[in-house]
Amino acid sequence: MTARVQVPRAARRGQPVEIRIAIQHPMETGFRRDDAGREIPKNVINRFVCRYDGVEVFRAEMGSGVAANPYLDFYTLADVSGELVFDWVDDEGKTGSERVPLVVSG
Amino acid sequence: MAGTTRSRRKFLARVAALLALPAAAPRAARAQENTVDAMVRKLTAGAQITPGRVKLDLPALAENGNSVGLKVSIDSPMSATDFVRSIHLYAEKNPRPNIANFFLGPRSGRAQVVTRVRLAGTQNVLAIAALSDGSFWSDTAEVTVTNSACYDGS
Repeated sequence: MTARVQVPRAARRGQPVEIRIAIQHPMETGFRRDDAGREIPKNVINRFVCRYDGVEVFRAEMGSGVAANPYLDFYTLADVSGELVFDWVDDEGKTGSERVPLVVSG
Repeated sequence: MAGTTRSRRKFLARVAALLALPAAAPRAARAQENTVDAMVRKLTAGAQITPGRVKLDLPALAENGNSVGLKVSIDSPMSATDFVRSIHLYAEKNPRPNIANFFLGPRSGRAQVVTRVRLAGTQNVLAIAALSDGSFWSDTAEVTVTNSACYDGS
């Protein structure tokens, strides 16, 4: 599961930082059938967590109502220079992870 | 003779009703749990939800229900003592109405989330925010969907 993350290169302490992430995933609803008429089982990224310097700052519980290749755009307050770590898991138990540094000044 | 037939019919009808009951009851209960009302009751534990402070942005017209841009923001200082704990999104006509739940905190800085959702047809979308003081706030948006998300496999 690959993901594309967009975070500002640098941020000022105390300012909200916009974080944008898009994860490649079909977000199977469980309501579709394949060409042979068999049900395609539900498989969505059900849990996504963003940690900043080890502390959880954002978490999402998602269902089949989230579009394929889930996109999330949220904020965190710039505090210290550190790492933003993103972790997610789908219904099949497959996990994905991404990490980006955040440089904070001021 | 006619009387016996009638009572037998009555008896058979009662048996049929009894047999049907255990099968029908859990299905009805499941259907109820799946409604937005039931989900919201569970979320708020009966607390009052006030319209306001939440702003739910969706296009009034979506050509494709498979991917509709959604923005939810809450008027909150997001300070250590006054912040948004969580945001809950519901689409009443989706087979699974609870689209997503987002958990924020004082370290979020800004109470705003943007994502893309699936909508199974024209409907109202509901956003509820749970604040740190225990209050609940909401907003709704009506979206006309031209091509519904293909939930039914069609």
